[in-house]
Amino acid sequence: MPGLEDLYREIILDHYRSPRNRGELDTPPAVRAEGFNPLCGDEIVVYIDVDDNSIINDVAIGGQGCSISQSSASMMSAAIKGKTVSEARKLIGAFKGLMSIHEGELDGDAAESDRDHGPEADPDIRLGDLEALKGVVKFPVRIKCATLSWNTLAQALGEASPV
Amino acid sequence: MTDWAAVKKDFPLLRRQVHGTPIVYLDSSNTSQKPQSVIDAMSAYYETVNANVHRGSYEIAVKATEALEQVRAKVARFINAPATNEVVFTKNATEAMNLLARSWGGANLGPGDAVVISEMEHHANIVPWHMLAAEKGFELRWISVTADGHLDLSDLDQLLDGAKLLSITAMSNVLGTLNPVPRLAEAAHRHDALIAVDASQYVPHIATDVQAMGADFMVFTGHKMLGPMGIGGLWAHAEILESMPPFLGGGEMILQVTKEGFTTNEIPWKFEAGTPMVAEAVGLGAAIDYLENLGMDEVRRHEVELTGYAMRSLTERHGDKITIHGPSEPAERGGVLSFVYDDVHPHDVAQVLDQAGVCVRAGHHCAKPLLRTLGVPATSRASLYVYNDESDIDCLAESLDSASDIFSL
Repeated sequence: MPGLEDLYREIILDHYRSPRNRGELDTPPAVRAEGFNPLCGDEIVVYIDVDDNSIINDVAIGGQGCSISQSSASMMSAAIKGKTVSEARKLIGAFKGLMSIHEGELDGDAAESDRDHGPEADPDIRLGDLEALKGVVKFPVRIKCATLSWNTLAQALGEASPV
Repeated sequence: MTDWAAVKKDFPLLRRQVHGTPIVYLDSSNTSQKPQSVIDAMSAYYETVNANVHRGSYEIAVKATEALEQVRAKVARFINAPATNEVVFTKNATEAMNLLARSWGGANLGPGDAVVISEMEHHANIVPWHMLAAEKGFELRWISVTADGHLDLSDLDQLLDGAKLLSITAMSNVLGTLNPVPRLAEAAHRHDALIAVDASQYVPHIATDVQAMGADFMVFTGHKMLGPMGIGGLWAHAEILESMPPFLGGGEMILQVTKEGFTTNEIPWKFEAGTPMVAEAVGLGAAIDYLENLGMDEVRRHEVELTGYAMRSLTERHGDKITIHGPSEPAERGGVLSFVYDDVHPHDVAQVLDQAGVCVRAGHHCAKPLLRTLGVPATSRASLYVYNDESDIDCLAESLDSASDIFSL
């Protein structure tokens, strides 16, 4: 039986207490996307500023939510800052792969294609601190909290740099 | 004196453990647990009576039809409806509200008309009106909510001016606020408007009298009152139901069907297309028997006492860390305690409580406009019923300590 220590790892609580890249960016040049979790009312706003070389120069996170959604967003913002759009997309795939064990069962949204981009598919992608969130899959209800910011980032990337 | 410890023992689910600890169920506003008698009644129906109703002429079909119609009479008596044929069975209160909106609203509302609701409504009494308003072009007006969780009735006459319907909750599922329904009904009628009462949270906890309320419509649901999921109902005065067009089309709701058209059955069957939920009705009947055996006044007395105990002990133990929303006087509210604990997000509060076997709901409770008014994105909600006791409250109060331990900044 999973215990709370599987969910609330120290690194997660650290990002929750001291969220990185909190705030807003001017739009334009930045792009803004909003994500909602209708189940619990969590709201995330992701701002990204992508330059002409497709590098994410700056990122900011707004909104409110539980420790899992907030820390996931904070870690995500740290992980994608300075990365290319393509690297960020791979990271989204890898993170959703980490979360897809149950998500596919909970909601059919492209679980299969998530798996194609999972960590096994691309050994070059390093999730680093984000691995701390893998305990979330033992608490299926919270997976949507963890993936909310990532789905919102995917939306923002789509606007900033259409595939 | 009711033996409340014995009451708790009637609920088999409450004997189980979760995460290696006894379950403490504090989410009855969401759905209630079921006593053994309800479970047994439904099994017995399937084991001995099951047949389709209003169709067969054989013994068990007659018995099944009787079983369904006896529960209709029981519900009518339980809510003090003037007549049994004024009770329409639906899947739940949401479906009852949609029936009311689609059928009565569809026939009676158009441009220039208005429907008045309040900021403390459940989405089930908001979204059907949004949907219909988009189609029919009437205006949706809102009674606001004061900081202490009551309806702000200062501009009620203005809001009701030219309105055709006031649709209002009898008890808030978030704040526990009990609204002054008779006074609201009197005001609505003074403006030639009808009043619909969402009594989903009221009927399970307080003796309900639709006539004393002055209601024209009332919706309720079975699963919050010890009955099974899948049955609820709409009550309305017979002459109103007679005037309403049918809702869903199909078998049971017709008298005659030809290639050219159809004629509708009598009320209430006019609104009950298709095979009804007979076993669920039987379960609801057993739930009403159970509640009547306790006595609704006793149920209410127990819950007021327990609500007072909960408000006191949570505040004593957690002081300024805990904010309980809604009216501060237990006698003026239901046993619904929405609270915010320190800076801990309700989702995390619920997770920590779950580890101690404590079941509470976290989120917006299907009442987003109200939470916006309260200025909080979400709350944790503990809600009480007949099987709860002081030990459940103590467990809640103690378990909140670990939320502090984990999330203290």
